[in-house]
Amino acid sequence: MEFFERFAIPHPSPLIYASMVGIGLTVIAIVIGLTYFKKWGYLWREWLTTVDHKRIGLMYIISAILMLFRGGVDGIMMRLQTAVPDNTFLDAQHYNEVFTTHGIVMIIFMAMAFIIGMMNFVVPLQIGARDVAFPRLNAISFWLYFAGAMLFNISFVIGGSPDAGWTNYFPLAGTDFSQSVGVNYYMWALQISGLGTLMTGINFIVTILKMRAPGMTLMKMPMFTWSALITNVIIVFAFPVLTIALLMGTFDRQFGTHFFASTNGGMDMLWANLFWVWGHPEVYILILPAFGVYSEVIATFSSRNLYGYKSMVGSMVLISFMSFLVWVHHFFTMGHGPLVNGIFSVTTMAIAVPTGIKIFNWLLTMWKGKIRFTVPMLYSIGFIPLFTIGGVTGVMLAIASADYQYHNTMFLVAHFHNVIIPGVVFAMLAGLTYWWPKMFGFMLNERIGKWGFWFLSIGFCLAFFPMYITGLDGQARRMFTYSAETGFGPLNMVSFIGAALMAIAFILIVYNVYYSFRYAPRNVGQDPWDARSLEWATHNPVPEYNFAVTPEVNSSQAFWDSKKNNHQLFKEKRSKIHMPNNSGVPVIMAGFFFVFGFSFVFSIWIGVIIAALGIFACMAYRTFENDHGRYISLKEIEETEKKYGGAK
Amino acid sequence: MMKELFPIKQVMGFVFSLVLTAVALAVYFLDMSFQLGMTILLVTAFIQAALQLVFFMHAGESNDKNAIYTNVYYAIAIALVTVFGTLLTLIWGYM
Ligand code: HEM
Ligand SMILES: [Cu+2]
Repeated sequence: MEFFERFAIPHPSPLIYASMVGIGLTVIAIVIGLTYFKKWGYLWREWLTTVDHKRIGLMYIISAILMLFRGGVDGIMMRLQTAVPDNTFLDAQHYNEVFTTHGIVMIIFMAMAFIIGMMNFVVPLQIGARDVAFPRLNAISFWLYFAGAMLFNISFVIGGSPDAGWTNYFPLAGTDFSQSVGVNYYMWALQISGLGTLMTGINFIVTILKMRAPGMTLMKMPMFTWSALITNVIIVFAFPVLTIALLMGTFDRQFGTHFFASTNGGMDMLWANLFWVWGHPEVYILILPAFGVYSEVIATFSSRNLYGYKSMVGSMVLISFMSFLVWVHHFFTMGHGPLVNGIFSVTTMAIAVPTGIKIFNWLLTMWKGKIRFTVPMLYSIGFIPLFTIGGVTGVMLAIASADYQYHNTMFLVAHFHNVIIPGVVFAMLAGLTYWWPKMFGFMLNERIGKWGFWFLSIGFCLAFFPMYITGLDGQARRMFTYSAETGFGPLNMVSFIGAALMAIAFILIVYNVYYSFRYAPRNVGQDPWDARSLEWATHNPVPEYNFAVTPEVNSSQAFWDSKKNNHQLFKEKRSKIHMPNNSGVPVIMAGFFFVFGFSFVFSIWIGVIIAALGIFACMAYRTFENDHGRYISLKEIEETEKKYGGAK
Repeated sequence: MMKELFPIKQVMGFVFSLVLTAVALAVYFLDMSFQLGMTILLVTAFIQAALQLVFFMHAGESNDKNAIYTNVYYAIAIALVTVFGTLLTLIWGYM
């Protein structure tokens, strides 16, 4: 029995026990369902072992939406707790756990998964490739992400959640102040999924540099692909810092080193420093693909070429470098002299310039365009003013001396939600709606989609604008409650109402999927939006091999050219197509990683050793495996093409 | 004929890399100040890394040359910024 005591939750509550039961029942229901409908084989063959970039992309996106739900519940709980003064819905410890997991789930497991999923689905199509450069590695990336996400999500029912904030500052996160295994979960969940992200970075850089369709020079790539390239470059340079910081943190917590201790030669500020050396580039990793989506959507629905392609690319390249020059703005108040703060204040304000350039690019793209107010376009148009507010408050925060007033208040919370929600979440919803027909062959309902947009936007404004005010009035972030005398009560209630509207928006969006799945017409054709870039030159939903014939390209909007300017996309004759084989190794290996992480969290060394052996066995297997892929025969291609209506 | 077969570049690189190793090793055996020793180690280490990259990992020999060098320079720039920025914030500029 003693062995099991370590899995107990240090600070339980009826809510957590209820979740435990809920999780147990859901797992049982899934297992029974799969068995009853005999879907295990289907699941294994078509999804768990797939190396197809489109399916991996979908799995990322589905996971991201699940994580959006989980993080959203955390968010609602926090707003409910603070809706009225002196509330007792959550106590201080639970509130700590909830804001910590909310932050990590949303950034690492929701936003990152969403953008990587979108890149997975779209980038190979946009460059006319059949898959990514290393399809097997891509599957490993996904399953490592998934293992990390699951590890993180079981923390609150087994052993206790991390509670030191998503920034996890030491010494608070050290064993002196965080005794439960919570922070170990943080370390290992991020470590495992971070490895996956790093592999994605390498995979996509190679894919984009080496696998573009003939004629597609770098300066003829669609803008989303450009944003993906830059994002992955940032990933490759930023994530190793996180990897090492997490490893040092693990050593501090589990092996008694003192990297981040305030004594014995350690330096607690080093964690904050390393965290933000990764963390600031991370926010640009999140926002650049969003910019890419907006560029595609705005060009399509303004029926115009993207204004200022070169300045767009240039500003992104500049951002990729500058995003590594500003990290200290996250801890202006932690004891540096005016020289340091001055330098980083200036670099931070400077990075707002290339960001601002893009706003003008989009506005000028719409200028005199024939605008169609579809759901993706609504999100894009809503994004522009809202994101600008977020950017402007960012520049306010960048003024180091003023930041002493704003730092660690709700003003800061309002700022980053103001950039992340209209930036990343709106973009992903826009992209999802826009590419939905490519994924599934039918459209999402526009009317329900518009309701969703309005609920989300109005909810967002109500939820976060009041925080600017209470923040300036001195409401600190991460406080589980406040007294009535502070006067924060009414605005926090508004904020809660906003959060509730956003929850309704989420329900509407999910309901839209169900509704459209049942009622939407299926024969939407190849080009339902009258779009411009290459991914629309193949069928909906996309066949396994993407393009029956590799397209040839001579501009960044090859498909538009083929529609309007008589550009001939497909010149070659059809022939058999070489594709990679599926493999079960990635998911099995990620399973071992999960066991490895879980055992490590609880210092169960025997489990760690066995899982490590399993991981190495998977690698060894891959090394000696002889896999030359397979061919899709010409006959099969002809049949598939005929099914789609045979054009071209 | 002989000239084409004999990898003169690689052999020279190999010899040079041995020399660098010997110099670095000398820091241990010779008696010198900490600062001087560290300087020698840092300088030889970076030359050594560059040498490996160019001669033995064939950085400049494929048509990806530009991508590879851009990447390397970019990495060096970011590493320098991170290291010196960290020193600046945590040590030199700390009050
Ligand atoms: C115009 C560009 C921007 C500027 C000038 C800017 C500036 C800042 C500054 C100075 C802070 C630190 C404030 C403090 O801790 O007191 C901050 C925090 C933050 N920003 Fe921004 N920002 C910008 C854009 C963005 C974007 C695009 C994102 C994300 C997509 C983002 C996400 C965040 C996050 C997550 C935090 C705080 C994290 C935390 O402490 O938990 N920012 N920003
Ligand atoms: Cu930042």
